[in-house]
Amino acid sequence: MNIFVCLKQVPDTETKIIPSADGTFIETSSIKWIMNPYDEYAVEQALLVQAANAGSTVTVVRVGSSKDTEALRTAMAMGADDAFLVETADNLDSYSIAKALKGAIVKSGKSPDLILTGKQAIDDDCLQVPQILATMMELPSVTVVVGYEGSANEIIVKREVEGGALEVYGVNLPAMIACNKGINTPRYASLPGIMKAKKKPLTIFSLADVGVSDADRRVKYSNFQLPPEKPPGKKFDATDAAKMASVVKDVVGLLRTEAKVL
Amino acid sequence: MAKILVFTELHGSHAKGVTLEILGKLAGHTVEVAAIGAIPAEASTELAKFGASKVHSLKGSNLDKYSPEGYANALHSFIVTESFDYVFAGATSLGKDLIPRLATKFDAGMASEVTNFIMEGDKFAGTRPLFAGKCFAKVELSGPKPHFITVRPNALGMNANPTAGAATATEVNVDAGAIRAMIKEIVKGTSEKLDLTEANIIVSGGRAMKDAANFKILDEMANVIGATVGASRAAVDSGFAPHAMQVGQTGKTVAPSLYIACGISGAIQHLAGMRTSKVIVAINTDPDAPIFTKADYGIVGDLFSIVPLMTQEFKNLLGK
Repeated sequence: MNIFVCLKQVPDTETKIIPSADGTFIETSSIKWIMNPYDEYAVEQALLVQAANAGSTVTVVRVGSSKDTEALRTAMAMGADDAFLVETADNLDSYSIAKALKGAIVKSGKSPDLILTGKQAIDDDCLQVPQILATMMELPSVTVVVGYEGSANEIIVKREVEGGALEVYGVNLPAMIACNKGINTPRYASLPGIMKAKKKPLTIFSLADVGVSDADRRVKYSNFQLPPEKPPGKKFDATDAAKMASVVKDVVGLLRTEAKVL
Repeated sequence: MAKILVFTELHGSHAKGVTLEILGKLAGHTVEVAAIGAIPAEASTELAKFGASKVHSLKGSNLDKYSPEGYANALHSFIVTESFDYVFAGATSLGKDLIPRLATKFDAGMASEVTNFIMEGDKFAGTRPLFAGKCFAKVELSGPKPHFITVRPNALGMNANPTAGAATATEVNVDAGAIRAMIKEIVKGTSEKLDLTEANIIVSGGRAMKDAANFKILDEMANVIGATVGASRAAVDSGFAPHAMQVGQTGKTVAPSLYIACGISGAIQHLAGMRTSKVIVAINTDPDAPIFTKADYGIVGDLFSIVPLMTQEFKNLLGK
């Protein structure tokens, strides 16, 4: 099977986000970049499917800056065979990223049997690229997947919806699956894996190579700013058992009379 | 004037609340509504009250349950016959999955999860959170029309004085086309409550809950005030609660009217996911916990004593 994983590099979840001075994006100079957490599940799932289907390859694809290739190297250290990077310094929108990913997959020369992604990137939180990519590639697809089983031809996947309910889909491959936490437990890259990853092939394309231009931009962001700070709230000490009941009574009362939420 | 369609999901005999929020925000524009399947009279009346000028009930074979391809094909076949400039939908589980597929059939752009927007004349300009709410940006769309927008539930709020429309539901035949990814079965969730992303009140537990069984004190409080129960990443990673309950940057971003955080210290990725809640109550033993910087009402103390007392106070207040 030819298995592809599309992944993104995002700021670590503990990062404090600061809008850039001109408001067109965020300050990126001191950010620690990591593989998008949901993409780790996609890489792991690719490696599990590869292990179950002898002769399969796992190829990782990313669109972004070439200054830091942490996410692709991590994926190869976990076990992926090769990588493609579509290089751009721009903060592209979902439509352009999906088109670039499709272009890179086509240019790889391998016909995909399975494309895996994370369910969303935790930077722009759009939840668009997997569905756009699948629609552009005319592949059946299921998103927010927490369960995966099946063969090289047919799979059963579980999609998580409201209230933790699950929609169980039957899909014939080739298909695109977007993974959620819960589908598997991603492995850590081993030290030998990290050493080996340095020698694995990483091919770089330009946006022009994969047929993406400024004309593909559909979404424009501006005026990045921090959320308004709330004025300080009221704090009550209920560590003393004697005061506890009256504090609770006061707060519940305030929720009705002052906050008017009950 | 821009021609606008709002896609609605139905919840029993009602339109989803987020649809009414969108309609209320679009007061002054001519807005049509479409749903897949039969639209109950009650829902039509509600939609008209909030300004719908026409309500379209899309019917065809293989549309009795959701499928990504079937719904996208059906809506596409309806929308191409009309020349809409904008298509709005709620950022629900279904909306988030469906709308990017539909937009791509038009090679069109989409703004995800806007929390506010204005129509500057005929042009859409939205605001949306990025990095799970650590910052906000203005979002604008260009390229082929229609332009697609999903709106986060509970963000706009209900328009208290909507301009009424005059809609009755008319049926439209649509084609679901070829469906390759099909639902074979639906496994019900453990909770029949509103999803966290749509809940009006959330009671959340953190690492200090100590184990899964202790979440029952949060369930008891939630039952009294009609809340949905959530959890912090620390609680989920410790196995106290499933990931479906996780609030934060790698879980769900929520915006209820009331958020009660029990034993949650307030890691930056948790605060990002809940800071837009209208009123926040925090209960924590540590007076310096970061959660208190975001709380409207902070109670320093032991949640295992305070939560049951608070549940009793809620009962008294609500006459239960």
